[in-house]
Formats: sequence, C-alpha cells, structure tokens
Amino acid sequence: MSKLKSWKELPLGGLILEAGNARTYKTGDWRTERPQVDKAKCINCFFCWAYCPDASVIVDADRGTMEGFDYDHCKGCGICASVCPKQAITMIPER
Amino acid sequence: MSKVLGLNGNAAAAHAMRQINPHVVAAYPITPQTDCVERFAEFVSEGLVDTEFVTVESEHSALSACIGAAAAGGRVMTATSSQGLALMWEMLYIAASMRLPIVMMVVNRALSGNINIHCDHSDTMGARDAGWIQLFSENAQEVYDNMIQAVRIAEDMRVRLPVMVTQDGFIISHAVERVELLDDDAVKNFVGPYRPLYPLLDVRNPVTYGPLDLFDYYFEHKRSEIEAIDNCLPVIEEVGKEFGKLSGRSYGLLEEYRLEDAEYTVVALGSTCGTAKEAVDRLRDRGKKVGLLKIRCFRPFPKDEVIRALAPRKGVAVLDRSVVFGGFGGPVFTEIRSALYDLPSRPLVIDFYYGLGGRDVYVEDIEKAFARIEEVVRAGRVEKHIDYLGLRE
Repeated sequence: MSKLKSWKELPLGGLILEAGNARTYKTGDWRTERPQVDKAKCINCFFCWAYCPDASVIVDADRGTMEGFDYDHCKGCGICASVCPKQAITMIPER
Repeated sequence: MSKVLGLNGNAAAAHAMRQINPHVVAAYPITPQTDCVERFAEFVSEGLVDTEFVTVESEHSALSACIGAAAAGGRVMTATSSQGLALMWEMLYIAASMRLPIVMMVVNRALSGNINIHCDHSDTMGARDAGWIQLFSENAQEVYDNMIQAVRIAEDMRVRLPVMVTQDGFIISHAVERVELLDDDAVKNFVGPYRPLYPLLDVRNPVTYGPLDLFDYYFEHKRSEIEAIDNCLPVIEEVGKEFGKLSGRSYGLLEEYRLEDAEYTVVALGSTCGTAKEAVDRLRDRGKKVGLLKIRCFRPFPKDEVIRALAPRKGVAVLDRSVVFGGFGGPVFTEIRSALYDLPSRPLVIDFYYGLGGRDVYVEDIEKAFARIEEVVRAGRVEKHIDYLGLRE
C-alpha cells in the first residue's frame, strides 16, 4: 500500500474514484506458503494460470510459456500446486 | 403568483414533492405518512411529475432503492414514520456515509411498543446520530417550506448529505391549515437542476460506492463525515434567507419568540412551539418575562446559536417529546445543558418529558413548565432535573 492518507485527502463518502485499483492493494503479505515452480517438470499447460483466483500466475502469451508468480498479489492458496498435472509446483512455507 | 390552499401537512409535503419533481421516489405506506405518499402517487398517475415511483415491499427496501437511485445520479425523495423509520435503520447510516443528498419527510409517530400511531419524537430522535440533517416543522406551512429548502441544503456541494424534514403526526400531518404554495416555476427555479456527483451511471468514470473499509480508513471516513455535517450550518442559514426573499418567510436554525428580555424560556421542537407561543403571550400579558426558543435544526445541533440565545436567561425549561431510557434527560435536554456548561454564569436547566404517544399538550401545561422553572430559579438550585407534563401520577 502507498502511504496512508489523512481524512482531509480522501474522496467524499468513502468512495473509490479510480477503477482497477485492486492492483495497488498488495495481498501478497497474507501468504503463509509461497508457490515455487520447477520449470524442468512444467509442460506449460496453463492449468495453474486458468485456476488461479488472483490472476497471479505470470505467462508469456507469445511464447506460450508459464513464467512464474506475481508474489505481490499471490495469497498462497495452493490451488496451482493442487491442479498441476506434473506436480511441478510446490508450496514452500514463508518465514 | 403564490396560491393559498387549505392543506394538511401530508398534502403540503406532497405538493412540495410535486413541484420539486424528483427523478425517483421509493416509499412504503405507514400511518400517519400514508396520506402524503398516496397523494404523490396520484400526481404520478395524473402525469403531473416525471418521477419514477417505486412501490417497494418495506421501508428497508424503500431507502435501499433511494440509495441506489441517488448513487446512480438521481434526485431522490421518500417519506416514512415510526416503525418505518426504525426499519430503515441500517440504511440511514449508509445513505449519510455515502453522502447521498436524499430528502425524506418523516411524520413523527411514537415507536412501538405498545402500538401507538400518534405523535411523539421517538422515531426521529432515535435516528439523530445517523448522520442526517434534521429539520423540525411547527405547522403545515413550515413542512412545505422545509421540504423545498431541504433539497437545496442536501444538494449543496458544500453539504451533500441526506435531510429529514419532520412534522408531528396527526397534529400537523392531518390538520388542515392555510398553506401558501409558491408557483411551480418558482420552486423549480429555486431548487434548480440536479447536479449529480460521481453518478454510477457515468460509465466512463467508474467509481466504487461502499467498499470494505477497515481499521486503516474507516476512522478517517467518519472524521470527514463529522466535518461535513458540522459545516452545513451556514448553508442551512443561507438557504433559509434566500427562501425568505422568494416567499417572504425567512428561516434560521432557531426561532426566538419574545426572547429579547426573557428571564425564563421554554425550549421546544415541532408543533408544541405553537402552543408555547400562546403560553408566552398569556404570561407576557400578566407581566412575566418569558420567551420561547424553537429549535428548527436539531442536526447538526446549532450549539453557538443556542448558547447565544440562552446564556442571558435565568432559567430554561426543556420540553422533550421522546425518552432516553436510562439517560440523564431527553435528547434535547442533554444537548442544551451540555452546550451551556462552559459559560461562566449559566441559566438553571430542567427537563420535562411530555406528549408521549400523542398525549395532548395544553397551553396550561406550558404555563406549568414556566411556573416550575421560575420556582427553581427562586430556590437557586435544581432539585429535580427531569419531570413530566400531562402525566397521571
């Protein structure tokens, strides 16, 4: 999150005036486990990308490859590891 | 040219709504407000207004629909009473915190139980902390005038808050009085075209209303809401003066009746002020130095004006038409007494609960209140802070 604003700087009525602002809310620090991909096992099937509820799997659409994770927003739910048909993703405890 | 008609308070409010011609009205019928909404529904069916009239299944839905319509960018009105206002409870706070300029006419009626349909202020006073501006009316003319001013106050860019205009159940809502209506065009010009602020229907500028707001920002949002309602006192005065130029009837936050040299004063809200004026006149005829302070604007509470009006008095008798159970006096008393606390020398203040559930209040009751405060001042101290008028012991 950016620096917290004073009450005088806020839009009226508790409104949020910018669209697409969920990007600025870094939910990555909710994570207790982080996904880690072993690219030697990954077949780029994109299951993890399709299932991720937070759009936190990074892919290169042109090359058709899974590139890793957006750790600013990944909450560590583990769905990607669970759906991976090659067990290429493991969940590592955060400390 | 204005027009004089014989109207009750509900009809006066309905005519104001017709002339304001809001985009949306969502309302549910409840005694004693029903008459107002029925009349407005007739105006809708006769094509006299362009309003989208939403017949909802409850008051909770009524105010919910109003909130949605106001956030969408429309001029929105509703009306209710008593249990209806109670059912709107959670939505009242939401309308205010989203800063939606909804205008609601409330016919004051006692809250259950037991079931009672007559006037007291327990409904409106229960909602006094919800963040709405509250204007009380003494008679049907004031209901009409307050409704029109409420639109301007609510929609002022310095305010943007919902406003409740109240009238006493049956005493005003169902009693036919002489009411002077302004021309339709004069009202239209006075309220002006609606200027939406962050309308949801403006799809090119998307905004979010009512997001989750936790420990990081909720407190700051409440602080700005406090600022908003505190800052609207000068706007209410300004609109009251401008309305005076249009109609010949000026409005302030308070009305001081024969208060200049008064030693003893009664403080009241709503229709009782008419009765109190008669009591003041009778006592003045007998040489008593008495006056009335009528509070028109209860929220925000006009602290400085109240202090100015009451500081020179010897004694103040506050009339409360609703109870704060377990509290130190009624809602009006606690505000008045607290406002006077910092004065180096202050009047003695007592409270009377009166008129609950529509119990009649007579001129003689007000005279008793004056007699009591005079005794208290003569004794030099208050022994009994809270007493009752018109109650069988």
